[in-house]
Formats: sequence, structure tokens, C-alpha cells
Amino acid sequence: MSFEFSGKTYETDDDGYLINLDDWNQDVAAYIAEQEGVEMTDAHWEVVNFLRTYYKEYSIAPAIKILIKEMKKMFGPEKGNSAYLYNLYPAGPALQACKIAGLPKPTGCV
Amino acid sequence: MADDLKTPLLDELEKGPWPSFVKDIKSLAGKKEMAKDLLRQLEKSYEDKRGYWKHGGLVGVMGYGGGVIGRYSALPEEFPGVSHFHTLRINQTSGWFYTADALREILNIWEEHGSGLLNVHGSTGDLVLLGTRTEELEPTFRALTEKGWDLGGSGSDLRTPSCCVGPGRCEYACYDTLSLAYNLTHAYQDELHRPMFNYKYKIKMSGCPNDCTAAIARSDMGIIGIWKDDIQVKPDAVAEYVDSGLDVQGLVVENCPTGCIELDGNEIKIDNSNCVKCMHCINVMPKALSPGKERGAAITLGAKAPIVEGALFGSVIIPFMKLEEPFEEVHDLIERIWEFWDEHGTNRERIGEFIERVSLATFLEGIGEKPLPQMIKAPRDNPYVFYEEYYAEEGEGEK
Ligand code: HEM
Ligand code: HEM
Ligand code: SF4
Ligand code: SF4
Repeated sequence: MSFEFSGKTYETDDDGYLINLDDWNQDVAAYIAEQEGVEMTDAHWEVVNFLRTYYKEYSIAPAIKILIKEMKKMFGPEKGNSAYLYNLYPAGPALQACKIAGLPKPTGCV
Repeated sequence: MADDLKTPLLDELEKGPWPSFVKDIKSLAGKKEMAKDLLRQLEKSYEDKRGYWKHGGLVGVMGYGGGVIGRYSALPEEFPGVSHFHTLRINQTSGWFYTADALREILNIWEEHGSGLLNVHGSTGDLVLLGTRTEELEPTFRALTEKGWDLGGSGSDLRTPSCCVGPGRCEYACYDTLSLAYNLTHAYQDELHRPMFNYKYKIKMSGCPNDCTAAIARSDMGIIGIWKDDIQVKPDAVAEYVDSGLDVQGLVVENCPTGCIELDGNEIKIDNSNCVKCMHCINVMPKALSPGKERGAAITLGAKAPIVEGALFGSVIIPFMKLEEPFEEVHDLIERIWEFWDEHGTNRERIGEFIERVSLATFLEGIGEKPLPQMIKAPRDNPYVFYEEYYAEEGEGEK
């Protein structure tokens, strides 16, 4: 699958996750977010930027537990909790924020 | 029955006097393409001796990370009815009490939005609604929540707390399992709906050591009713049992695992200091014997099915805790355990595996509990952890 945006074609998997990590930029992220019904604020970008930094370092998206912990470290306890993250990304920080951050779809058992 | 449904292998499972899931699913096959294709795919699995379900795939509803288990057929062209076949876990009521109207409500919603098939109740305790499509998840969730139902847990979260019927029907209950399950479910909504643990955490509550929820084997945390003082004996009723011909000597005295009961004519004597509270004598003579008056619960940690390590039973972490509303002492313990497990546990490591890895001594220190003689694998067994070093260090500190 793929989609067109600003005159460029973006390859995606069946669920709309970007195939190439390097295709990603802020504009296309905002576009994917719009398709998801998410309006990006500074708070949203904090999460997306963290996910990309982490992925570049470890080649894997962080477990939710680590995401929460790191958010707590960087931005304090009012942002380092799951209710806050689900408020920003109602479909789930794993599924939705990874999509907007241009990371592969997280897999999960059960 | 639908004529175009040929399932000779499955039909074998309709024979015999016992309930049959094939019969159940067939009863919906005339109405639901989903049920029909479920049978067809299963028949093919039996022919080919392999499963045709793909595993997993994260699906859910807005705002929740748990409660829906994604399932897809590996043969969606052949069996379009089950191309999506997601499961919803619905938070059960304490003790599984429903009105017929409430169950009808669920059935109507599920026939409209899903396969109509249910598993009531699953091993988790939830009402399990089997089989719907991704696009039906939000509408189902909306229909359910409008009527006051909610999803249960799945994934790496607090699983739906589950309890035995307890004081709702059973005189053995040593604490109010129904209230505690209700209380914990409400206290930990965030942990229940938004997975953020290393792995699943199941809490099961049984009112007495008969352990009808199998908490000792199937829950990361078992809260099992127990008493501290003596078994209550009604001498008249004992005499009645003896007179009525019950073989008290053979069935009770000789089956007591610690041999702490004596029968003297029509009278029994129990050496309570040696009773391990197995419930046997009470179960055989319920009219004569009952749990003591000083009641509460023992708390066990660590049971699980085999995944990384082999199967584990729970072992005692708190030998006795009084359990009364608002249950603050339980909350406090749960939170200390979660905090330490969260900080030091690894991904997909259950609490039992975690304790085995770091050692019980380290774990106890981490959650701020003292080692006690009850923390052994089985009554009258050798303690499986040696505390010399632990005590030496502590002793030195105090001097
Ligand atoms: C590579 C394939 C699979 C892996 C690694 C896997 C792994 C797991 C694990 C780790 C659990 C949790 C067990 C526990 O501790 O309670 C589980 C549960 C479960 N799995 Fe799988 N699984 C696989 C395939 C499947 C398939 C193909 C199906 C069905 C089509 C399935 C259905 C289930 C169900 C229904 C449960 C929940 C059981 C319960 O809670 O009673 N799994 N699986
Ligand atoms: C011959 C067929 C099957 C067998 C022998 C079987 C066996 C089991 C067993 C032993 C459990 C644990 C049950 C408990 O203790 O409550 C279980 C749970 C479960 N099974 Fe099956 N199963 C079969 C077919 C299916 C099918 C066709 C599906 C769905 C497509 C399914 C979905 C589930 C689910 C979702 C659970 C978890 C229930 C919960 O949350 O507690 N099973 N199954
Ligand atoms: S566990 Fe004990 S209290 Fe609960 S229902 Fe069973 S026998 Fe009764
Ligand atoms: S509860 Fe069990 S151990 Fe205790 S006296 Fe009765 S049979 Fe013996």
C-alpha cells in the first residue's frame, strides 16, 4: 500500500505504517495524524520525538512501561502515566503514536 | 441445520451425553455466517491436523489498551465469515450474579454486533464474547457501555479481578470476596484498561482454602480466606454424624493430613496448633465444624502457567491479613509489589518468575516485608530460601 502527500509517494504496510523510516518528516507526520483524527500539539510531538529517538538507538519501539518511565523522567509525573498518553493518543500510544512517528506497527500477543 | 455444512469430524463431538460446543455453535449456524465458517475452518483444521488462526494483531477500542484479543483467520478467502474473529472480554460481576434481563441484554448486543457466541465464564473470570470484526468493535463497545457494562483486562495489564461466590451463598467465606473484588476493580481502573506492566497480573479471591477460583494455581496474586484461631466445633452435631453412621474415624480422622484429630466415642478433639487448614474435616462435616472466628486471608504470589519457566503454584507472602472495607492494607501491599516489579522486572516476566530470579529474600526487602516461617513451598516442608546472610546483616545493623 502507499499514499500520496505533497507530490511524493509514501510506501506503507497494510495498516498504513510507513515502510521507510527515512521517509518521515514533520509534515507527513501531521498528515498521518490528521487521518487518525489526532490534532498534533507540543505534547503530542514530545511523545513522537521520543519514540523516534528511542527507535534510532535501539531499533525497536519502547515497551509502554519504558515510554511511561522516560516520559516521567523528562517531563514529570503528570505526563509520565498511561492515562495522559491515552488522552493524547486514544487508540493507544503503541499503535497510534508509532504510526505518526513513522515506526513499524508494534506486534503483540493476546 | 444448514445443509451446506459438512463437518463429519466435528459431528463426532456431538455424540455422548455431555455438552458439546459443536452443538452450541451449530445452533447459530443457520443464522450466522460467522458461526458456519467457524465450524468449516475447524473441520479443516481437524482434517489437516493444524490450526488456521493467525496469532494476535493489536486491536482495541478508543481509550483502552486491553479488553480485546485480536484474531484473524489464516484462510480469509476460504472462510470469509471468520476473516476477523476478535474476542471481547467483558468485566463480570462479583461472584457472577446476573439477572436474566442483564444476560439477555448482552446476548442481544452480541447477536447484533458479533457472532453471537459466548464463553461464560472464561478462565479469566470475564464474560467472553467470541468473534467479531474490527469495524464492529467501537459500536459493540458503545452499546455495552451504554448499558453499564465494561471491558475486562488483556495484555500486560491488571486482569479483571475475579472472586468466588463467597458470602453470597457460602458459609465458609472468611472474608467478603464480593466486596473486595468490586473494590479492587474500581480502585485500579487505569491499570485494568491501559496495559503498562511487564506482563499480566491476575488477582483471584477465594473465601476459604477450598479455593474455588483456583487462586493458588492460576493467579499472580491469590487472596485466600483463612482463620487464625480454632475450628469451631458443635459437639451435638458431631454426635449426630457419628450416630447417623458416618465413618468419622475413616473419613475424617484418618484423612486429616497432619493427623491432628482424635475421635473419642462421640467426641472429636482437634489439636489446632497442628491444623494446616486444609478444609477436609469441615467439608465432610459441614454441620458440625466451621472455620474459626478470627477470620481474614492469606495472600499468595506467583502462580502461572508455563511459558518462560515451568508452571508455578503461588506461595505465601502474607500469612494473615484482616480484610475489611475500605481494604487499605491490601491496596498498600499491591502498590508496593507493583512498584518493585515495575522497577526491576523485565518485559514478559511474571511476578513468580521475577521472585525466582531475584530471590524471595531480595523481593521481600524490596517490598518492605519481613521473612516469616510461613513462606515455604508447602506446609511442613523445608524452607526453600536460606536467610542466614540476610539475618546476619540485619543483626549487625541493629547492634
Ligand atoms: C506463535 C504463536 C503463539 C504464541 C507465541 C502464543 C502465546 C501465548 C501466550 C504467551 C499466552 C498467555 C498464556 C498465559 O500465561 O496465560 C497465550 C494465550 C492465549 N492464546 Fe496464544 N500464542 C500463539 C498462538 C495462538 C493462536 C494461533 C491462538 C488462537 C487462534 C491463540 C489463542 C490464545 C488464547 C485464546 C489465549 C488466552 C488463554 C486464556 O487466557 O485462557 N494463541 N498465547
Ligand atoms: C476444540 C476446540 C477448543 C478447545 C479444546 C479449547 C480449549 C480451551 C481451553 C482449555 C481454554 C481455557 C478455558 C478456561 O479455563 O476457561 C480456552 C480458552 C479460550 N478459548 Fe478455546 N478452545 C477451543 C476452541 C476455541 C475457538 C474456536 C476459539 C475462538 C475462535 C477459542 C477461544 C478461546 C478464548 C478467547 C479463550 C480465553 C477465554 C478467557 O478469556 O478466559 N477457543 N480454550
Ligand atoms: S472458596 Fe470457600 S468460600 Fe469461596 S465458594 Fe469456595 S468453599 Fe465457599
Ligand atoms: S482442616 Fe485439615 S488439617 Fe485442619 S483439622 Fe481439619 S482435616 Fe486436619
